[in-house]
Amino acid sequence: MIQDVEIKELRNIITVVKDMYNYDFGEYAISSFKRRIIRIFEIFKFNTVDELLVKIKTDKVFVEEFVKEVTVNTTEMFRDPTFWRKLRDDILPILSSNTNIRIWHAACSSGEEVYSMAILLKEMGLYEKAIITASDINEDVIKTAKTGIYPARNMDLNQSNYERYGGKYKLDDYYKDAKDGNVQFDSKLISNVTFKRFDLVLGAPFSKFDIILCRNVMIYFNLELQDKVVAKFSESLFKNAFFAVGQKETIAWCKAAKSYSTYSIEEKIYRKVLE
Amino acid sequence: MERTFRALVIGGSAGSFPLVTRILHEIPKNFPMPVLLCLHRLKHVRHGFVEALSIKSNIPVVEPEDKEPIKAGKAYLAPSNYHMYVELGNHFALSTDEMVKFSRPSIDLTFETASYAYRDRMVGIMLSGANTDGADGMYKAHKRGAYTIVQNPEEASVKTMPEGCLKLFTPDEVLNLDQIIKFIKELSV
Repeated sequence: MIQDVEIKELRNIITVVKDMYNYDFGEYAISSFKRRIIRIFEIFKFNTVDELLVKIKTDKVFVEEFVKEVTVNTTEMFRDPTFWRKLRDDILPILSSNTNIRIWHAACSSGEEVYSMAILLKEMGLYEKAIITASDINEDVIKTAKTGIYPARNMDLNQSNYERYGGKYKLDDYYKDAKDGNVQFDSKLISNVTFKRFDLVLGAPFSKFDIILCRNVMIYFNLELQDKVVAKFSESLFKNAFFAVGQKETIAWCKAAKSYSTYSIEEKIYRKVLE
Repeated sequence: MERTFRALVIGGSAGSFPLVTRILHEIPKNFPMPVLLCLHRLKHVRHGFVEALSIKSNIPVVEPEDKEPIKAGKAYLAPSNYHMYVELGNHFALSTDEMVKFSRPSIDLTFETASYAYRDRMVGIMLSGANTDGADGMYKAHKRGAYTIVQNPEEASVKTMPEGCLKLFTPDEVLNLDQIIKFIKELSV
C-alpha cells in the first residue's frame, strides 16, 4: 500500500487531468488534495502513481469517478442547525416580500442541503416563491440529488439535526422507505430546483441570486482560488444578497471580501454591499 | 534540547481534558511555537470547549478558521466536525472529508499533515484516549524525524491511545504528565 505521494507526483496527476479532461485541481489546498489522492489509491487499489496515471490517460469513465472522489462529498441535512435557524428566523423574512427568492446551492454534492432548504422553505410557506439552482462539478452526485435516494442509516443524524434546527414536523414525513436499505425524499421538494453541472473553478457566472450557499467547499481550495471563486460569487449576487460559507470558513483573507459586510459572524453569512 | 522546534502537536481523547488543561495552565507565556491540539470531542457541542480550556490557560486558545496563519504562542484546537490539517506555507486547512477511525477531527490526520510540514522540527505528544486514532499519525511523524512522546500508559486514565502508539514504534520518550510538562517548559528556554 502506498504510504505517501510527493508534491511533484501530485503536480503530474494534476497536469494530466487538466490537459486531457479540462478539470483544474492546480489550486486546490495541497494537504487535503494529497489525502484525497491517497484515498483513491486505497479505494481503487493502485500501487504506484504510474498505475494511476495510466488509468487516467486511458479510461474516461474512471476520470469521472476520480473527480467524484477527489472532491469531498460528505454532507448532512441541516448540518449546523443554528445556521438553518438563522436562515429561517432572520434572512428569509428579509426576502419574503420579494416576488421571487433566487437561491444557488453552489457545489450541492448529493443534495442534502438542497432538500434541507426545500423543507425549510415549505415550512415557512415560501417554497412557491423560490427559484433554486443546485450545481456540482460531478454528474454522478447530481444524479443522486435528483433521485433523492439516501441510505437509511444516515437518517438518524439527519433527523437529529432537523430536531435541533426546530423543524415543524418529523423528517420522515418527507421521505418514504425505498429498496436496498435506502429512503427516498418526496420529489415535490425539488419541483422548483434546476440541477446543473457547473465547475466553480473554470465556469463563468451565469445568473444572479438572493442567496448563495457554498458551505465547506472552498476549504479545499488554496487562497488564490478562494479569491477567484469569491469574486465569481460577487458577480452572481444581487446587491444586498446573502452569501454563506461553512462554520469555520472565512472570506476575510480574500481581496473580494471588500465587497461584503459580515451579516452573521457566528454562522458565516455575508452580505454583498458593493457592486 | 539542541533542536529548535517549530510546533508542538498534542493528541488525545477520553481522559485527556484535565491533562490538556494542566499543560495549558503551566505552559510558559509567549511560548515560542504554536501548540496544535487535536482532541476528540462531541460533534454537536460547538461551544464551551475552547472557553473551558481558556480559563486556566497561559496562552490564547482558539479554534482556527480555514487558511488561518499558524502563529507562535497560541494554542489551536481542532474544531468539532472538521479535520485540522497543517498546510504548507504555515497555515491551517480544514476539511469535512470522511471520518478516520470514526473520528473527525482525526488525530492521525493532524499528526500526518503537521509532520509533513514540520518534519524533525515538531514535537508530537500522545495523551490518554479511548481508541487507536493517532497511533498511525504519530508513527508517521516518528518516521519523519519528529520528536515523539507518549504518555505512560500506566498513568493514562484510558490506555488505548498510548498503547496503540507503543505497539507500532518506540517513541523518543514515554513520560508521566509531570515529566511532559517539564519537557514543554524546557522547550521555551
